[in-house]
Parts: sequence; C-alpha cells; structure tokens
Amino acid sequence: MATYKITVNGQRRDVTVDPSTPLLWVLREDLKLTGTKYGCGIGLCGACTVHLAGEATRSCGLPVSEVGDQEVVTIEGIGVDRVGRTVQEAWVKKDVVQCGYCQSGQIMAAVALLKATPRPSQADIEGSMTNLCRCATYVRIRAAIQDASTRLI
Amino acid sequence: MRFAYQPDKGHLSRRTFLRASAVAAGGLLVSLHFDFPALAQNAEALPAPPDAYIHIKPDGRIVIAVRHIEMGQGVLTSLPMIVAEELDADWSQVSAELAPAGDAYKAPPLGIQSTSGSWSVRYGYQQHREFGARIRAMLVGAAADRWKVRPDECRTEAGVVRGPGGQSAGYGELADDAARRPMPEQVVLKNPGDFRIIGKSTRRMDSRPKTDGSQKFALDIDLPGMKIALIARPPVFGARVKAFDAQAVRSMEGVRDVFEIPLVKGSAVAVVADRFWSAKQARDQLKIDWDFSSVERADSQELRARYQALAKTRGTVALSRGDKTALSKTTPSQHLVAEYELPYLAAAALECLNMTLRYDGDRAEAWIPSQFATLDQGVLAQALGLDPSQVTLHVVFAGGGFGRRSPLDGNVPFEAAAIAKRVRGTPIKLIYTREDDMRSGYYRPMTTHRVEIAIGGDGMPWAWQHVAVGQSFIIGTAMEKTFIKDGVDPLVIEGAVNNKYRIPNFEVSVHHPAVSVPVYTLRSVGHSQNTFVMETLIDELAVRAKADPFAYRLKLLDPEATKVRDALTLLEEKSRWRNNLASGRAAGIACADYWDTGIACAAEVSVVDNRPRVHRVTVAIACGLPVNPLSIEAQCQGAIGFGLTQLMSAITLKDGEVEQSNFDGFRPPYMSDAPAAIDVYIVPSNDAPLGVGEPATPVISPAVVNGLARLTGKRYRILPIDAV
Ligand code: FES
Ligand code: FES
Repeated sequence: MATYKITVNGQRRDVTVDPSTPLLWVLREDLKLTGTKYGCGIGLCGACTVHLAGEATRSCGLPVSEVGDQEVVTIEGIGVDRVGRTVQEAWVKKDVVQCGYCQSGQIMAAVALLKATPRPSQADIEGSMTNLCRCATYVRIRAAIQDASTRLI
Repeated sequence: MRFAYQPDKGHLSRRTFLRASAVAAGGLLVSLHFDFPALAQNAEALPAPPDAYIHIKPDGRIVIAVRHIEMGQGVLTSLPMIVAEELDADWSQVSAELAPAGDAYKAPPLGIQSTSGSWSVRYGYQQHREFGARIRAMLVGAAADRWKVRPDECRTEAGVVRGPGGQSAGYGELADDAARRPMPEQVVLKNPGDFRIIGKSTRRMDSRPKTDGSQKFALDIDLPGMKIALIARPPVFGARVKAFDAQAVRSMEGVRDVFEIPLVKGSAVAVVADRFWSAKQARDQLKIDWDFSSVERADSQELRARYQALAKTRGTVALSRGDKTALSKTTPSQHLVAEYELPYLAAAALECLNMTLRYDGDRAEAWIPSQFATLDQGVLAQALGLDPSQVTLHVVFAGGGFGRRSPLDGNVPFEAAAIAKRVRGTPIKLIYTREDDMRSGYYRPMTTHRVEIAIGGDGMPWAWQHVAVGQSFIIGTAMEKTFIKDGVDPLVIEGAVNNKYRIPNFEVSVHHPAVSVPVYTLRSVGHSQNTFVMETLIDELAVRAKADPFAYRLKLLDPEATKVRDALTLLEEKSRWRNNLASGRAAGIACADYWDTGIACAAEVSVVDNRPRVHRVTVAIACGLPVNPLSIEAQCQGAIGFGLTQLMSAITLKDGEVEQSNFDGFRPPYMSDAPAAIDVYIVPSNDAPLGVGEPATPVISPAVVNGLARLTGKRYRILPIDAV
C-alpha cells in the first residue's frame, strides 16, 4: 500500500492503495465516483474513459501510481466545462441513452473529440468514437455529437 | 403462444384489486393487491405498503412504481406515460422508480415478476390505463364533493381538476380526500383520439442521471462494511474443486476469506476482499486442482459434426401441415437443400453480472439487476433457508440485460447466497469480471438447421421440411412441465413453426441434444436463428424465381397476417433508395411476424476488406398503437445493432473450455461496424400495443446476407461470416 495525491475534478485527493490499482477502481471505490464504469478491464470497451491531462484515457489499465500530477476529470466533473455541458445537453435532447452504462465513457470520448475537432465529419466521429455500446445507440451518438458541434460554434 | 401459459388480456382480474390509502406524509397511495386470503386478512396491518404503484404527493408530484427492470428498453418512461395519460397528469410532475420484488408486481403473461419477451407494455397497457383512470375518478370525486357539484360536471387537465363554476384544484391538494374514497369499480377509458401523452414521442426519464454519472447501477451499490467477492470458476462447465491452496492468497493485502462454494453445477472457490483489485489479484493467483471426472468436455468441432448428423434425420415433429410425403413426390431437380450452422452467442451486456447481498441469519436484503425478480427472491430464500418474505429484493438498474439476467436456475443469487452464508452479517458484492461473464455460459444455443424445399412450377415453395437441432432452454428446469409439450421446446423453433408464409406442405421437426453448456434466451430467442433461416431461404427462392423480393413475400404471406404485410408494404415505400445504389452496393430485405408484431428491414451493404459492411438500414414496424414513438425508434435501432452480432462473433468451445474471454475474442458491433443511418417507420394504428424491444433483432442478419448474396452470388449459411 502507498499513498498518492491525485487531482480529480479540480480537487486534491489522498488515496492509500496498492500501487498497481487501476485508476478506475480508485475512482469508483476510494473516491466513490461511480460514474466511471468497468466494462472489460483491458482497454477494449471505453466504459472507463476519463480525461487525463485533457486526453481521453481508459482508466482501467492505468495504475494509480502513474497518474502523478496530471489532472483527472471524470463524468461527474465534465459538466462545469462548456463543451462538456453542451455534450450532455445534446445527449438528453437526442435521447441517446438506453441502459446508459456506456454513456459516461461515450460522453468523455465525445468531449475530447469536440475539443480537438470542433466540426467533426462522420468519418472523424467514427474514427474516434471507439467505445462499445452493447445497446447500439450509435446513430443517436452520431447525431448528438453533430448537434453539440453546431451549438458550440 | 410463446408459452403454454394462457395470459389474461392484461385486465385487472377479479383476483386482484386496487386499494387506495392515505400516507402519513400526506397524499394518495394506490396499491395493487392480490386477493389471496392471507393477504386480504392482513391488508390493513401491512406497514407502508411494499406494493405501491402510484403515489400522488401533497405537492402534486406523482411517483409511479415500475414493476419491470429498466435495462435500456425505456419501460421506466413508457409505463408511466400510460398511467399519466388516463390520469390526465402533468407529465412534468411524474417520476418513476423501480419496484422491489413483490407479489403485487407479478405481471402477465407469466405470472411472475419478469422482464422479458417484449411484454412489459403489451401486457401492462390495459392495466396501467385502468390504474390511471381509477385514480383520476377518485380525484374528480373528491373535487366534486368539495365543490358540491356532480363529478360529470368536472374535467381534468394536466394534474388539475376544474369545476363548472371556474373552480380548480391540483391533484396534490385533492390527494388526501381522494385517499378516503372507495376505489371505483367501473371506469371509462379515453378514446385514443383524445390521447395527449400516449403516442407522443417522449424523452426518457433517465437521461440526466445517465449523462452526468449519477445513475446508480447494480455495480455501484455501496454499503457500509461491504466486501467484494470474486469467484474462481472451473474452466469446464460442471467441474468441481478437488483441492486449492488457500494459504497462499489468504495472507495477501486486503483479502478476508477464501473458501469453496457450490455452483448450480459443480463448485468453485470464492475470494472475499476489501476491494475489487485485491479480490482480483488473489483470485487470479489461486492454484486450484479441478476434478474433471464425470464432466462432459463440450467441443464446438465435435458438436458441429454431431448436429450435422442429427439434422439429416427427422426430429420430433413440432408442426406438420399438408402432405407428409410431399417431398418424396417431387423430383430432386426441383429441390433446394440448405444446411445452416449458427453459433453460441454471449449476451455480453456491458455491465457484467453482479449483485449485492446482506444476510444476517434471519433476514436478507439483496440488490439485483434482475429480469426475474420474484424467481431470484425465491432462489435466495431457498439457498438461505428463509421464507421469501424474509428476503427484501431491490431491483436495480442494469447496464443491459438481453436475457442473461433471468436464468431460471438463478445462478447468480445462488452463488451470492453461498458466499453470504459464510460471511454472515457482512454485506458482499459479487462481481463477475468480463472474463467471468463471457465464459459463464447461458448462451444463445448453437443450432444446426437442414431445410429441404421442393419448388413448385410457379416458383413458390410447395413442400418444406425443416429439421432444427438445438439445446432446449427449458428441459431440465422448473418450467419444463409448463412449457414442454411432447418433447418439443417451442422456443427453439419459434420463428419457424409460426412464420406467416402459406407453404402448403410444411413440417418442422427438432432434436434437442443434451450438452453441458448452459444456454438461455438471448434477445429475440429462437427467432434469431429461425428467422435467419426462413428469410434467407425465402430470398433465395425469390431470386431463383426472378421475382421482386417484396412481391414474392407478399404473394406467399397469409393474407390475414396484416401486421407483417403492413410492415413490408411500408418498408417498400420508405426504402426506395434501393433503386439508386452506387456500384459495389446492394440491398437486402427481411421480414418477420415477431409474436404478432410485424417487422421488416432493408439493409444497404457492400464488401470492405472481405468483410460485410452495412451502410444504411430502414426499418418498418407494425406494433399496434405506438405508445412512445421515440422509444420504439430507439429499440429498433438498438435491436438492429444487436442483431448484427451473429454475423461477426461466436462463442466456441475447445476441449470443454470457452475460447473467448473478452471483447477481442467475442467482438460485438462497435460504431464502425454499425450502420451510419437507421431510419425507423411505424405503421399507424390504434390496435392494442405489441412488443417492440426484440422484433428488429432477428431481421437484420438475413437482410444483410440477402444483400451480400446479390453482390457476390454466394449464400452465407454458416455464421459468423469468416470472409465474404
Ligand atoms: S473497462 Fe476500460 S476499456 Fe473497458
Ligand atoms: S446504452 Fe447500453 S451499453 Fe450503451
């Protein structure tokens, strides 16, 4: 066990865990931020996507010992950001969610996409939205990203 | 019927009654009671009823309990819409919550608290309208008394009763008075033409919590002192623990206990730890010596050979129409013989199987994302030696279900109970890792089909013999007596026996081999296979006859099968893009009668890197009165994506072990695999609503394959498609 200081959603937090513990489980179990989801544990589904120093990152494969002073933003904290809030609104407007389990990760990926590419083409969306949705909400995810994009410009 | 059980028409029957009561905090609470003698005697003694359906609070807010789990299908929105319509509620004041397990929430047609079969709205429609209408009548009665006018002089709108002299009162203000009135026996339901909520595209209730991370799913349940349990399962279904080295992992950081538990079949080793990561590390390091004696090592190659041989012989006849010897009266040159092999499939819901349980010796409290809540409650009670009334079961939101959260043997609560008994008093959350989930069985069964068709001079099928080979879902379970007739499991052959094509000489027979791999009903059940078989063959016949695929189907379909005919006709009109395709693209169609819902789809396909690529899909659905068109669209879009899985992925076994363990080996459709556009059209209707959650699932894979056949001239009868 070791103690780490990490910055999550703008707050400094101390956690004492095994150094190999993935950030995902620190968020969920120690910080009680359960909006970030476990789906596969090996980087294949994107349910655990957070922003690490602004980059969409799959937290299930990132040991907490490697986070260092890079800022972590989770779904619980993305709404304070204009792009984040707009994407969340677009998701509601387009009635995207079904079971909703993948959607935290989808939204984190979509926000990262729109920050890097404010006017994404369908090919851009397809290229960067590599999160699994077993309910197959993909057409509405596409529509919501386009909707958010037009509202942000 | 899918099941032999005869459902009532979903009316409130004489054995059930609604009861209104005032609540301490104010307001009107309406519960549904079953007229069981014991319950009736104790009805007044019951505390705050665990069986509330509708609560009108003094501030006018209305909370509706939904007796089905919300796992994405939108039932949390659609059932409240139905109540709110007849209640004339203000939709913005309506919220919904998931009902716990309880007799009051048992639902037709199975008579258990279940979420399956695309039944929730179909069988809840009439009942929930009656709930709403009765409560409305009580509120109106309370207002009329207050104003000393006749009830029929009052009207309601959006949560307010209005009197003849301009009086008005909100439902919240009237709730206490209404609670003291008798429940009306008879109520008049609205004319569908007057609906203002039903039939309007209505956004989901649960969008906000599902977009800001606040929605609690089962895996998010957190109790004081809770520990995490993981299970080291046998690598072969049914194997038992011979010996294991508990000492080596017991000393690991955070590990609390390591012990053997029974499984529904075989046994396993459970690890209980403070955190998921400790539990997982310990579980993964366990050295277990397994006893494989007396287990059958199922193997896909062996099963294929065995099934192929079985398919060459007639099975138990499930349906026979016309002349049994028709095929032998035709010449082989008129025959088409087709053999299909369709794989085991995992549900692979994105939220892995899990549940939380606290057992104190004489009480248990469980949090389960359960599709069969009262069955799971019974499994827990039995395993813990309790009465079901001592088991409180909270139904929690599920990250997808697709059938996997409803096994009849309650395998997950069975395992959790075994762990909770050992650590009595400590709440435990049993978590399946993705690998555990994917390798845990309860798959859509692997099936083989052999169909022999004699084609008439007019190009239409004249004789048709379908032999299906597939494990039964039901044989060997508690429901065997109810559902199995003459050795035939109707679920395995649904979509074949009840298709709506008028083929004069038609026979379906089935073999149910006993295999050690647990199987269960995946979204759209037997239709996922039989509709594939039927619709690819019908298409092949149409091509041979050089006929238009729509015209050919409409000619062959029963003139009385109006729903599927309506869906096909609407699809024909809405998919004219089929006539202007770029080169290298083709369109395929398929249709089905899915337990009375008519469904049809057209898919635009091409071949990219030897793989099928689906560019666009148009769906037409005839599902009676569309309660929430926005949700029907979502369900059809989702079902199309889900239905693509069998073209891409399979669960296979080698020497008894499942070969896939995560989303690399078993790859469900990602965005890049799914069509970029799925347009859904609903046939307008005021008929009673039908199911919408599953119907589009089975039509997409045949539509894609029918399109591919037009591009390549090849028929793909073995799924998944390795290469085009
Ligand atoms: S849980 Fe991290 S990618 Fe699936
Ligand atoms: S909404 Fe269910 S997995 Fe995406």
